[in-house]
Amino acid sequence: MCLGIPGRIVELRDDGGFPMGVVDFGGVRREVCLSYVQGDARLGDYVIVHVGFAISKVDEAEARRTFEVLREMSQLDELDWIGEVAAASAAVQTAATSGGAVS
Amino acid sequence: MKYLSEYRDASIARPLIDRIRRTASRPWTLMEVCGGQTHTIVRQGLDELLEGAIEMIHGPGCPVCVTPLEQIDKALILAARPDVIFTSFGDMLRVPGSDCDLQQVRSRGGNVRVVYSPLDALELARRQPDREVVFFAVGFETTAPANAMAVWRARELGVSNFSVLVSHVTVPPAISAIMESPDNRVQGFLAAGHVCTVMGWTEYEPLAERYRVPIVVTGFEPLDILEGMLMAVQQLESGRHVVENQYVRSVRREGTPPARLRVEDVFELADRKWRGIGEIPMSGLRLRDEFAAFDAERKFGLGDLHVNEPAECHAGEVLTGKLKPPLCPAFGARCTPEHPLGALMVSTEGACAAYYHLARYRGPAEAATAGAVS
Repeated sequence: MCLGIPGRIVELRDDGGFPMGVVDFGGVRREVCLSYVQGDARLGDYVIVHVGFAISKVDEAEARRTFEVLREMSQLDELDWIGEVAAASAAVQTAATSGGAVS
Repeated sequence: MKYLSEYRDASIARPLIDRIRRTASRPWTLMEVCGGQTHTIVRQGLDELLEGAIEMIHGPGCPVCVTPLEQIDKALILAARPDVIFTSFGDMLRVPGSDCDLQQVRSRGGNVRVVYSPLDALELARRQPDREVVFFAVGFETTAPANAMAVWRARELGVSNFSVLVSHVTVPPAISAIMESPDNRVQGFLAAGHVCTVMGWTEYEPLAERYRVPIVVTGFEPLDILEGMLMAVQQLESGRHVVENQYVRSVRREGTPPARLRVEDVFELADRKWRGIGEIPMSGLRLRDEFAAFDAERKFGLGDLHVNEPAECHAGEVLTGKLKPPLCPAFGARCTPEHPLGALMVSTEGACAAYYHLARYRGPAEAATAGAVS
């Protein structure tokens, strides 16, 4: 969980004054908090993301290289968690719409 | 294994290895702090390539591994409560507590969910106001800004059914504890690059001075680590002891100030036990009193638990560099990643798991030889 994953900012938005964005990690996308790189990160920039928070900016070449190294080191478990979370949220939403009990 | 052989023959790695060998006039003992670095060193066989010049002691920088048993047991108690949805980073699920692990609690009906970010746990609490959502806030300084912001945000949004079970640790007090240990052999440190991306390195400057020990802020890729080793050896050979930064593409001296400041807003320093090592004064973070409402230990009245580590697990000796994992009697037999006795066998950042996977690639005999190098 300590190794940050590099990704590209593909969407910026403001969640009631809370700077959020969508970051693309080699095709897997998720919401990321941009609070700690606020004023520095723009659309298309590459950032290192730790557990949902962009901590620093990097250039594109560095981001691509690091991503490949992490993939080869099998250190991208966190992307699997993103998958598990997405599946769980979908289940919650389905249960909510169908009026079923959410566990 | 493709990746291993690529790096062993890599044209860039070879000159660095040769240079380290030429620079070292005697064998030096270094410690890499970060579990990600341990993973790289063992997997690429960097320690074997430098046998005779550098001995690497694997440091305690794996958050999964050092989370104390009583915090795991508290997590298990909370996760079993019918009113609680217990959320955690995925790699905590298989860490053994006294009786079982979070995955087993889940299979017995406990509501345990893996989240990628503490903000996912907060979002879950907002969507399910009738349930208590607890997040297991573990880690070093890399995850502290995220966990701090989740608590800050919960207060801002008035989410009263969200709380965190905190087990945060910080690196600098661990370096002090290692240097002050009477049987310490560490002569230089590779500090954790991503921790320093957040925190910078000003905290390490007085440590390098006080203990007269070189500290090199280092990345986690093979070439980063080799360069960090070279910088540390150059300092040792010339009698210097300062903080240097190998990981310039990510780390600045002041770190990432907004993240550091939010951690200070929400957390304060506290004594903390490290699994396998014991208590290190002021080495952890706990929530400040103004955030007590979000502290799961206070909210659910979890007092002190008295726990006993399994006698078969030698994690403490591994974490302090006294025992290499393959030489542990339980290694690969009674203790495997599928059935771990201790946390070091669970996480990919744990030293025991790193050696176990090495043994799988190369055969146990060769891995044991690698482990015996000292």
